[in-house]
Amino acid sequence: MNVEIDTSAFTEEAYELLSELEDSLLELEASPQDQDLISRVFRAMHTIKGSGAMFGFDAVAEFTHEVETVFDMARNGTIPVTKQLIDLTLAARDHIRSLLDAAASGDAVDQANANRIISGLRSLSPDKKPAGGSTTPAAPTGSKAPAQTAAAKEPNIFRIRFTPNQDIFGTGTNPLLLLNELRELGECRIVAHTEKLPDFDDLDPEVCYTGWEIFLTSEIGENAIRDVFIFVEDECELNIRLLDRDQVIRDREESKKLGQILLERGDVNASELERALMPLGDRLVQAGVVSPDKVRAALTEQQVIQEKHDKKKTAETATSVRVPSDKLDSLVDLVGELVTMQARLNQTAGTIGDHTLQLIAEEVERLTAELRDNTMSIRMLTIDTTFNKFKRLVRDLSTELGKEIELITSGGETELDKTVIDQLNDPLVHIIRNSIDHGVEGPDVRRARGKNPVGKITLAAIHSGANVLIRVEDDGAGLDANKLRAKGIEKGLISADDELSEKEAFQLIFAAGFSTAAKITNVSGRGVGMDVVRRSIEGLRGSIDVNSTLGKGTTITLKLPLTLAIIEGLLVMVENEYFVLPLAAVEECVELSRDDVKKAHGRHVINVRGDIIPYIRIRDRFEIEGNAPEIEQIVISEVDEKRIGFVVDKVVGQHQTVIKTLGKNFQHSEEFSGATILGNGGVALILDLTKMVRYVEEEELHELEVQ
Amino acid sequence: MAKTIMTVDDSSSVRQMVGMTLKGAGFTVVEAVDGADGLAKAKASALDMIITDLNMPNMDGIALITALRALPNYKFTPIVMLTTESQATRKQEGKTAGATGWIVKPFKPEQLLEVVKKVLG
Repeated sequence: MNVEIDTSAFTEEAYELLSELEDSLLELEASPQDQDLISRVFRAMHTIKGSGAMFGFDAVAEFTHEVETVFDMARNGTIPVTKQLIDLTLAARDHIRSLLDAAASGDAVDQANANRIISGLRSLSPDKKPAGGSTTPAAPTGSKAPAQTAAAKEPNIFRIRFTPNQDIFGTGTNPLLLLNELRELGECRIVAHTEKLPDFDDLDPEVCYTGWEIFLTSEIGENAIRDVFIFVEDECELNIRLLDRDQVIRDREESKKLGQILLERGDVNASELERALMPLGDRLVQAGVVSPDKVRAALTEQQVIQEKHDKKKTAETATSVRVPSDKLDSLVDLVGELVTMQARLNQTAGTIGDHTLQLIAEEVERLTAELRDNTMSIRMLTIDTTFNKFKRLVRDLSTELGKEIELITSGGETELDKTVIDQLNDPLVHIIRNSIDHGVEGPDVRRARGKNPVGKITLAAIHSGANVLIRVEDDGAGLDANKLRAKGIEKGLISADDELSEKEAFQLIFAAGFSTAAKITNVSGRGVGMDVVRRSIEGLRGSIDVNSTLGKGTTITLKLPLTLAIIEGLLVMVENEYFVLPLAAVEECVELSRDDVKKAHGRHVINVRGDIIPYIRIRDRFEIEGNAPEIEQIVISEVDEKRIGFVVDKVVGQHQTVIKTLGKNFQHSEEFSGATILGNGGVALILDLTKMVRYVEEEELHELEVQ
Repeated sequence: MAKTIMTVDDSSSVRQMVGMTLKGAGFTVVEAVDGADGLAKAKASALDMIITDLNMPNMDGIALITALRALPNYKFTPIVMLTTESQATRKQEGKTAGATGWIVKPFKPEQLLEVVKKVLG
């Protein structure tokens, strides 16, 4: 191959298309009638085939052609979209992926699998029934998937005015149930007209004073809406109108408004215009022509239509530039250098004391900060791609295990640094697998326990300060603290007389080699487990927390920094060495005098306003030579939900730093999460407090055992 | 708590079909053989919904609906009548008497449950 770079452009695009394809297929499974989705699937396949052939990926092109042919039939309405079709297409998608992987690695591909998929797909087409092979007919799943012949359907917006007669309650009718029924038909915006509601004293609870205006966006027809109101037709005023004024809106956009023209001609000035241009609604309400509720309803109508229009527009105009991620990485590096240089410039300008130079330095500081924030935001990706991948995982695994599980995701729009997202996948896969395998019970067990036979796993991302919380919650069996304890003793992780709180017992699942599953399945529980998950999360400077209620379910929360490249730190000194502590963990700084040390009788603890807090001397820990000053400083930090002090000579101050990774040949390198370059050109090491505390604890335990 | 629905019909096969369908969906079912029986049973228990035939001996469906609506406990309770296509005027009479909705006979179990969901939530 003479044009290496070009094929990589193809594979990159193909992988992306495949993941899109997967999302579309899963969506299509939920709404098999959606012509847009069918076309999207077809287009993705078509592109892979086309560019595959162009770049010499003949195997990919040939195989994809077969799949495309069948999907073309679905697109034309010749065959219905069935679960079988989707299963086969998903399998085909996986096979295309393995073809691409094989092309990169040179491994062989499973040709039998390909043949199986192709013959399955061919059997779906009405005119090419295989002679005697497949016995599975293209049975539509339920009544919901008849052959689709209609052209692509655009959802309609209906305005439904529903004013029940005042005595409607007398027929045993609950109008709210009707509104709920409408909600099941599509997206609903409901405005209640309450202007007829009398004062409380005059209110008759048996009379219905309220009317509603409902804006329903749905693909269903008017008759389906009328059916909802079938029992109350004669007891209400019902007015259903199809609103679709895309054209009107577009036309109006292009013509200039009268006020603007008058302003341009100088006939009115801006403030006069403003006064006259009080919102029409306000003017009408003031004039007593309409009630505020009516204005609200009209505004909702306007909004619903506008939103539909906007949605279309963004879809048409959304543009982006694709850049290889290593270019971004080097940009971040350069910005990091710039931040360092800028700190130096500030320092130099301060020393020289030249006012003009200081002004320039300040301006450069502002620009650098903006540049830094912008660069960081380029690297931020939404997490929904990762979330979407799990839909497939949950679907496949739960089928394999004979469980029914629904995955609910929220907060997919939350942004995280690309590096974090990339490294988050495996830990999340593991956690979710655990939930599916050990957490959520089979449908029979769930029914017996009085739960909904369909289990639920919720995957949510939430912003929390400089962190993002990712929560995986299941409504399964929950963790049994007693079982965990017993297992911990059996594995020699704790001794039989250790008293563990429930919370501490839960922590045991993170210990290496810990697995409570009675039998090891191929889904999870192969010995490597939550300890690996914890290590990778901590590698991302995050933390992991588990909470569980027996019988109700388990929640695992990951706390992750927004970005890996920059850290807000507290700069401290021991002798001539600089260290940085992550500011997020720091609670306060207190003094440690010789007197305090004496009072503790050789124990490394200090009494801070009544709390006994253990501390670690950085000087001793890293064997820094020299004498400690009379009064040292203790930086009290929260580590693993405990308060621990770190003793240093001097606290320099807050410091925003760009993290540089350390080489592995550093003696204590596990205890540092990186290094940073200071304004004066010196180097400061960034402490990994969690790891340091864990090492110190282990060493002390070891010493105790030796004694 | 499971909601209680009364089926009022002089045909035991209809009562059985309605009863089995509703029990299968988790409701508690009370059966009554005619309007008078239905009224007595309604007074004796707390019903969440009533499904009644129209043509019955000993107080027909419309009289039952009228009588129920006069009781404070059943003023707003959903009442669904079973009608046949030929009874368009009877349906109208029933609505005027205060029925919530209707089901046209013959019907399938799913249709019955749909209507129950519609008026009972």
